[in-house]
Amino acid sequence: MSMINYASREINCKLVYYGPGLGGKTTNLEHIYGKVSPNTRGKMISLATETERTLFFDFLPVDLGTIRGFKTRFHLYTVPGQVYYNASRKLILKGVDGLVFVADSQIERMEANVESMQNLYDNMAEYGYDLTRIPFVIQYNKRDLPNAAPIKDLQAALNPGWPVDNAAQQKVTPDPAHPGEHLVEQAGGQWVGHASYVEAVAVRGDGVFDTLKSVSKLVLKTLS
Amino acid sequence: MAGAASWSFSESDFKQIEQHLQAFLRESNARCALLVDRTGQLVATVGDPPKFDSAAFASLTAADFSANDQLAKMIGEAEFASLVHQGEKESMYLADIAKRVILVVLFDQRTTLGLVKLKGKSAVEKLNKVFEEMFNRVGTGQAPQKGLLEGAEDEIDKLFG
Repeated sequence: MSMINYASREINCKLVYYGPGLGGKTTNLEHIYGKVSPNTRGKMISLATETERTLFFDFLPVDLGTIRGFKTRFHLYTVPGQVYYNASRKLILKGVDGLVFVADSQIERMEANVESMQNLYDNMAEYGYDLTRIPFVIQYNKRDLPNAAPIKDLQAALNPGWPVDNAAQQKVTPDPAHPGEHLVEQAGGQWVGHASYVEAVAVRGDGVFDTLKSVSKLVLKTLS
Repeated sequence: MAGAASWSFSESDFKQIEQHLQAFLRESNARCALLVDRTGQLVATVGDPPKFDSAAFASLTAADFSANDQLAKMIGEAEFASLVHQGEKESMYLADIAKRVILVVLFDQRTTLGLVKLKGKSAVEKLNKVFEEMFNRVGTGQAPQKGLLEGAEDEIDKLFG
């Protein structure tokens, strides 16, 4: 739920990083926190257990700049990835403007990824939000690991596409980030849309800002 | 926008909200009042400017309130319309406004919880009215923001280099 404050000329948007436990959601925020100038970000709040597992959420406000005289501020949240914490995970989704799904590329985590994606769809549906119509980016994290699954397999499992019923959107749309791939295409006589994706190694910071930029841009474009 | 409903408020709404909060602070002798929306964004601050990071404070407030909402449901209550966190010197009183916003009052020993609650009740009623009128005006809660950034695609692109 973006909030526009005409009095202080601010646009505030909420981004949520979702995904299975130990996938790298908090690492994404920590990298952003470390790299962004202290003038343009607030304090990072982490509600974590003693073993540094996210218990409720991490929170980081970041100013992206000014558009049309409005200061654009993004509030970044992570959810606790562990299955056990679904009640608190759902609370964080309230009023979300943009979503990043941080998938763990390791083959062994495929099932956890799929389960978490299904959980995201379910929780969004319970709020009446339609995940296919909200700015959504998938980050395939841990690409440097030897047991990382091929992107093709991850895409097939996590980003198979949803039917595009709106005639205006039924046109082949190339994915600007991945030549030869498409965000909207025809498959089996049907139009399907895919979320854009980013490959990342969050511990090194690779792909972290690309992910943030890509989802923020989508969010701002929904306001235009 | 798809999914989540957005809202916005005008400068005159903002002034009206500020006036109600200022009157409440005068009557209750509380130090500071903040309005936080349920998604964790700070809407307004009146009274002594807080010395803490207000963005972080707002996100924690919303999480606190939402968690308590769920606890209420678990014990068979529809909601806890207000919450109190009492410290040795500093205390907080939180109350729901129109199911969309949370009023947070910070107070110390210069007043009492009873007075804050008493005066808070009528402030909440007045703010409920303002917010409900505001939400009704923008229909289903969708803000009249369509087109605010229309034609600003270049600026958006530039922002991301």
